[in-house]
Amino acid sequence: MTALELSRLQFAVVTVYHYLFVPLSISLSALTAGLQTAFWRTGDDRYGRATMLVGKLLMATFAVGVVTGLVQEFQFGLSWSAFAQYYGDVFGPTLAIEGMLAFFLEATFLGLWWFGRDRLRPGLHLATIWVVAIGTLISAYVILAANAFMQHPVGAAIDPGTGRAVLGSFTALLTNPVVVASFPHTIAGAFMAGGALLLAIGLWRRRATADHGPTWRVLARVGAWTTLVGGAAVSLTGDVLGKVMTEVQPMKMAAAEALYETTSHAPFSLFAVQLPGQDAPWSLDVPWLLSFLATGDPTATVQGIDDLQAQYAAQFGPGDYTPWIPVAYWTFRLMIGLGVVATAVAAYVLWRTRKGRDFEPAWFADRWLLRFLWVLPVLPTAAATFGWLFTETARQPWLVFGLFQTRDGVSPTLTPVELIASLAGFALVYGVLAVVWARLVLHVSRAEPAPLHPAPAADDTAASVLEPSY
Amino acid sequence: MEILWFGLAVLCWVLFFALEGFDFGVGMLAGVLGRDDHERGAAIRTVGPVWDGNEVWLVAAIGVTFAAFPDWYAALLSGLYLPLVLALLTLAARGVAIEFRGKVDTPAWRRRCERTLAVSSFLTAGLFGAVVGVATTGLALDPAGAVVGNGLERTLGPLVSWPAATGAVLGVLAALLQGATFLGLRTTGPVRERARRVAVATAALAAVVVGIVALLVGGLPALTAGVVALLAVVTALAAAGRHEGAAFAAATLGVVGAVVAAFTAHVPVVLPSTLDPASSLTIAGAAASPYALTVITVGAVLILPGVVAYQAFSYWVFRRRVASERVA
Ligand code: HDD
Ligand code: HEM
Ligand code: HEM
Repeated sequence: MTALELSRLQFAVVTVYHYLFVPLSISLSALTAGLQTAFWRTGDDRYGRATMLVGKLLMATFAVGVVTGLVQEFQFGLSWSAFAQYYGDVFGPTLAIEGMLAFFLEATFLGLWWFGRDRLRPGLHLATIWVVAIGTLISAYVILAANAFMQHPVGAAIDPGTGRAVLGSFTALLTNPVVVASFPHTIAGAFMAGGALLLAIGLWRRRATADHGPTWRVLARVGAWTTLVGGAAVSLTGDVLGKVMTEVQPMKMAAAEALYETTSHAPFSLFAVQLPGQDAPWSLDVPWLLSFLATGDPTATVQGIDDLQAQYAAQFGPGDYTPWIPVAYWTFRLMIGLGVVATAVAAYVLWRTRKGRDFEPAWFADRWLLRFLWVLPVLPTAAATFGWLFTETARQPWLVFGLFQTRDGVSPTLTPVELIASLAGFALVYGVLAVVWARLVLHVSRAEPAPLHPAPAADDTAASVLEPSY
Repeated sequence: MEILWFGLAVLCWVLFFALEGFDFGVGMLAGVLGRDDHERGAAIRTVGPVWDGNEVWLVAAIGVTFAAFPDWYAALLSGLYLPLVLALLTLAARGVAIEFRGKVDTPAWRRRCERTLAVSSFLTAGLFGAVVGVATTGLALDPAGAVVGNGLERTLGPLVSWPAATGAVLGVLAALLQGATFLGLRTTGPVRERARRVAVATAALAAVVVGIVALLVGGLPALTAGVVALLAVVTALAAAGRHEGAAFAAATLGVVGAVVAAFTAHVPVVLPSTLDPASSLTIAGAAASPYALTVITVGAVLILPGVVAYQAFSYWVFRRRVASERVA
């Protein structure tokens, strides 16, 4: 493999890994804050214990998010130094502002929240976790704005002397139509992930622990509602995002559909297989749906790959401007499909536990649900990963759409041996991290959560009493 | 404007090294000074609430460097590729070890987290020290600002050099010294006592090492090194005399001085080229556009005072010493 291919592989692996934990950090911080607010207002111990359980999951997830995010910050200089030089004027301020505005908030206030349980007044203590939740949203917005620039470059001009991007308007960068559409979509997806985790833990506690009491129900119901609402929001915002994408990168949506010819009344293909002895794949289509999804008008014309390829070749010079079609087609479908399944399961669980009903497995659907419970939290996370794989690979060959190609971005003197060494290092450390994290999550989900506010230190004079957890 | 930003970037780096320095030191020392589970927990507890906030100064430093000096960022990171990847991996192990230790209540789990913490803190401190050491003497930069060479040797090569070795030793010593004085300041009981003895010994050793470096380098850097050595002596005396606040302050001041000296050694050059002085990166040559610099200036002026305020608040909330003796 060449240094370029290895750099791409490494970037994809390391970034996707970071993004396995990000949605959980975003949603669990808000869910912890919500549960603690419920506890604060009702004084109901169920909410207090649920807050502690979710808070511990948050602490574990956040730690992995932090250390892998730090790697992200360095990646652009490590193996994409040519891109960093080209794009530094745009990306540098974004990262600097994100760090100063969001990461300090998240890190400092999460420390205050966890260790301040017996130090801060309850109201102030509650405020600290809300600050963390807001911090994650700010950081998500800012980093998505940086990514949106690569999808649809706005707010910058190219310096004719150096050929580099020069930032012209930070406001334009932050109000890029792509980030305005992708932020709510990403956040909705993040809430599905956190919701599905709580839902699974709730049902599991009902079965596998002594918790026939109340915590399981809080977790399962809150998780199910979160997933359901997140699922609805993800479809609505995904629809908007699809229209924006058709506007700015028609090639990406054509690739998502494997639509080679420009078509009006275009159908949406649910599923396709290449049957032996046939030229074109067989596909199960919903008539007119694609035209509608792409533009809002079922009769509209959707541009096909062949036309777009010819158009780009005329515009940017000869070359291959077609992304990897099967990957685009399947990642798009898997993203939507897995999300729909998670939403459906959430709706089923809400219905089964409605009006205080207990969850005793009654018929085969219940038993199946319990047997495959561990799959449930994986679904939204996998959907989000496929969404990113789609977004990023179907932009190829561009790094910055229409301006800068991926092959020009890699660090010029980096050698394949170095990349193989670093990739091995990441694989090893990240692999161990994943196993340890999973063990910890299982442990926390099983253990009896402590009450939220431990008794304050007895002697207020010299020494403090230790936290139970350190 | 560029000068201002260079100053700010250096400030962020200094804050990172000064604040994370004691985190690394505590990480290395917790397993040595804490004789049992309880004492080790107390030692780690002193940095528990604040290490992550401290680490964000690294994010800020690298972000500001990227924002204000994209070429510096690109050359330094791609030029020291493998050492930095290693440092990031050890840093990852370190953060997770701190956070995960208290979340499972079995001695075996805690022991494993403590060992990981000690080893990764040691490696991270050494690697960052080595990177700073190499960066002050320069890299084999070509006129395009890329480091030339072949294979693993290209970026691992600089690690086996005198500047790297010196940097690594100093990095570890500085972290140990800060960690020991910090533990002395922030705990009570047996850990506090042992920390004091370690602080005296490390400070004496650091004074000797820095003194030797001062004699070897000569010229202006020798003066800074001399001052740092003097601060180490002050630390040793203060620790011996149980002035814990003064000891920690002197140790930290020494780290600040050393980092400032390393970063400003060649001003206006930020990264010297060992091949041809004309290829060295300078402050003006590496800077971003005026508009980008304005954006980050406005951002920094609006945001950083708040950051400093709430970080200070956090230290204030957790100002009490942590007891390492058994509470009856
Ligand atoms: C949609 C959201 C999102 C996306 C696309 C990314 N991140 Fe991230 N990142 C977060 C959302 C987030 C977060 C939710 O805010 C995290 C997760 C856990 C945490 O500590 O904050 C975080 C952590 C995190 C940290 C550690 C912060 C700390 O020390 O507290 C850094 C340095 C980055 N990220 C940098 C990046 C970079 C350079 C990315 C692009 C390649 C990136 N992240 C993608
Ligand atoms: C906002 C932050 C992001 C930025 C600035 C960014 C930037 C980049 C860059 C520079 C590449 C080039 C390397 C390449 O072509 O392989 C890339 C590719 C890629 N990114 Fe992103 N990315 C971001 C977010 C994400 C996230 C969150 C994910 C997924 C979880 C992701 C997944 C990928 C994948 C899979 C590739 C590989 C595409 C390919 O090589 O065909 N990205 N991105
Ligand atoms: C009906 C359902 C959905 C539709 C119509 C939809 C639509 C889209 C579209 C068009 C994109 C590409 C945008 C781009 O290129 O930037 C996208 C990206 C993405 N999707 Fe979805 N999606 C749906 C469901 C989901 C689900 C269930 C999840 C996760 C739980 C998810 C997570 C993502 C992520 C993380 C991205 C990449 C980030 C971004 O660009 O915002 N999507 N989605």
